[in-house]
Amino acid sequence: MALTEAQPEDTNVAAKELSGAEIVIEALIDEGVEYVFGYPGGAVLHIYDALFKRGSLKHILVRHEQAAAHAADGYARATGHCGVCLVTSGPGATNAVTGIATAYMDSIPMVILTGQVPTPVIGSDAFQEVDTVGITRPCVKHNFLVKDVKDLAITIRKAFYIATTGRPGPVVVDIPKDVTDPGIKIPYVYPREIKMRSYSPVEKGHHGQIKRAVDLMLQAKRPVFYTGGGVVLGEGSAQLTELVRTTGFPITSTLMGLGAYPMTDPQFLGMLGMHGTYEANMAMHETDVLIAVGARFDDRVTGKIEHFCPHAQIVHIDVDPSSIAKNVKVDIPIVGQVASVLADMLRLYQERKPKSSESPVADWWTKIAQWRGVECLKYDGSGPAIKPQFAVETLYKVTKGELYLASDVGQHQMFAAQFYPFDQPRRWINSGGLGTMGYGLPAAIGAQLAYPDAQVACITGDASILMCIQELATCQQYQLPIKVLLLNNGYMGMVRQWQELFYESRYSHSYVDALPDFVKLSESFGHVGMRIERPEDLEDAMREAFAMKDRFVFMDVIVDPTENVYPMIAAGKGHHEMHLSPSLSDRELA
Amino acid sequence: MRHIIAVLLENEAGALSRVAGLFSARGYNIESLTVAPTDDPTLSRMTLVTTGNDEIVEQIKKQLNKLIDTVKLLDLSEGPHIEREMMLVKVRAERQDREELKRLTEIFRAKIIDVTDTSYVVELTGASKKLDAFIDAVPEGLIIEVVRSGPTGIARGEKGLSL
Repeated sequence: MALTEAQPEDTNVAAKELSGAEIVIEALIDEGVEYVFGYPGGAVLHIYDALFKRGSLKHILVRHEQAAAHAADGYARATGHCGVCLVTSGPGATNAVTGIATAYMDSIPMVILTGQVPTPVIGSDAFQEVDTVGITRPCVKHNFLVKDVKDLAITIRKAFYIATTGRPGPVVVDIPKDVTDPGIKIPYVYPREIKMRSYSPVEKGHHGQIKRAVDLMLQAKRPVFYTGGGVVLGEGSAQLTELVRTTGFPITSTLMGLGAYPMTDPQFLGMLGMHGTYEANMAMHETDVLIAVGARFDDRVTGKIEHFCPHAQIVHIDVDPSSIAKNVKVDIPIVGQVASVLADMLRLYQERKPKSSESPVADWWTKIAQWRGVECLKYDGSGPAIKPQFAVETLYKVTKGELYLASDVGQHQMFAAQFYPFDQPRRWINSGGLGTMGYGLPAAIGAQLAYPDAQVACITGDASILMCIQELATCQQYQLPIKVLLLNNGYMGMVRQWQELFYESRYSHSYVDALPDFVKLSESFGHVGMRIERPEDLEDAMREAFAMKDRFVFMDVIVDPTENVYPMIAAGKGHHEMHLSPSLSDRELA
Repeated sequence: MRHIIAVLLENEAGALSRVAGLFSARGYNIESLTVAPTDDPTLSRMTLVTTGNDEIVEQIKKQLNKLIDTVKLLDLSEGPHIEREMMLVKVRAERQDREELKRLTEIFRAKIIDVTDTSYVVELTGASKKLDAFIDAVPEGLIIEVVRSGPTGIARGEKGLSL
């Protein structure tokens, strides 16, 4: 890639002579990388040897390359820094693809270094050869094949630059084995500054557009903020919170945006979308001014597009122009970093907001209070079985809402989103876009390494956990005191729920037969295992588990296998067509 | 509606497949695509013809711009522009058809660039519609082979798509 790259700042310093393998390690150190998640193999042996000799870069050995990518991703979500993983060619790279796609869908900054067969044999179907650049192309922000050791340092710098700026995303750097040859040494200087003529992310939003948006907000009778993962990624949480509080408008969030605005705040309506709250979805249906911030109008959020926000004028703030008007037409698009745009909006709004003490949205809050009165998340907890909702509520009570909570994918993920209100961003770590089962445990590894003294938990299901169960070994090797909360219902719960509701209860292959004894399984990896079957034992057991500050504890919680996630909007329905829990639906709706 | 879009790309291995992959992955129509290096050897210029309603074409342009290898993009259809496509046609040219085909070639200001006892190769450049018209005008059954380059284009006036 031709570019106007800056020269090394101080050319007087004699450059070190390094091999390609040493350059990889040195570049990562110069990038300030804290952890590399990886798994060695033939094509990356030179790099692993350089890593061994250099000593100072921390490497976490996972047990499957998918987990390397998820752990780097979990680290990135928890910290906001770029996650890094290192895997070998062929199966190493293909195993990582699920993790790369997961990061791509949720715009997570990551650099993935993959080994490749030596350049002379590329294309000859050599041992452990795949076209990594070709395979990963549709699920990365960008990728590179480095064919010359002289391009290595600048390419790694570009990879980090691209991964972490604009709308973040994973970048793959594919490195053939001969490029890392320890026998070929070249001068190494890491390029600090970088400019690419073909890539210049937008910073500030257009002033005129922001002014139009504020005008619209000042006239709004039934406004709603709808915010997404972009607020977390763009570090816009403080600006969002201030703007929402200043306007007094209600706010709802996508699954990915949870925690960017304090979820325990009265202005927060809960999550919206397929399993969103009644009040959030009804507010979306009735709103006249929708302010979308760092959200991408995903189908799980919008429901049927034709029914989406039928009365609203829409403002959409996003750093990625291609997110705007992709699924839903908007009236005022604003391209820019959310933190910067929200700060500009706040300034303008404060200058121009009406002096009268009477809130222009008081009637709107009255309406919302009626919807809230439905208490859509209520569940029947009277039976002898542990309800999954109760398990999450107890988790919240025991941990005081202070967890870094990684999640797998399915019912437990939705229950966590509904019943564990996060008051800070980066605490809720889950695969929203791709919906990758197996994500939770390795992501928790990344978060725990990032914050060794923090409480990190993984909420999971009996189907999801088995998809990356091998990582129990990684947790043992690095003595990670993660707490796993398994909501064990013996089913792929979300699949079972859809089969019950839409396939006349034909439970085709959603029953997970032959589950292991999770207590013994955990113990065999050197961890503490617990099995909890009665609601009255749950709180004490959790307190006991979280009191073990330096142990990995696996809580196998046997929950009611028939419980479903409500409210629910069936695919192809609008926000106003929610199914409520059967125990609620006979009640009169407001 | 049909749009002709010019893109300046970094002249990198894989840049073309990123564009082609984008169209297939997102299900966009692509009628033709041509690409070659420019006077600046670090840049390639691509011309692609696509169809879709305004929203889809807008999204196509945004997605193309989002590619890291894309340096600049211009939708030529938005202003006055010139389009040219080149075509080589091999026709069966025997006895009485030889004169008729030669006349047709002159009418279209095309050139015969290869001659055998039984065939001509005709070279013709112009807007895609003109090329279509030539094919229609050749008497039935005489066409052996048609090769078209796909359109390329340039905006009218002094402004250029360059760095």
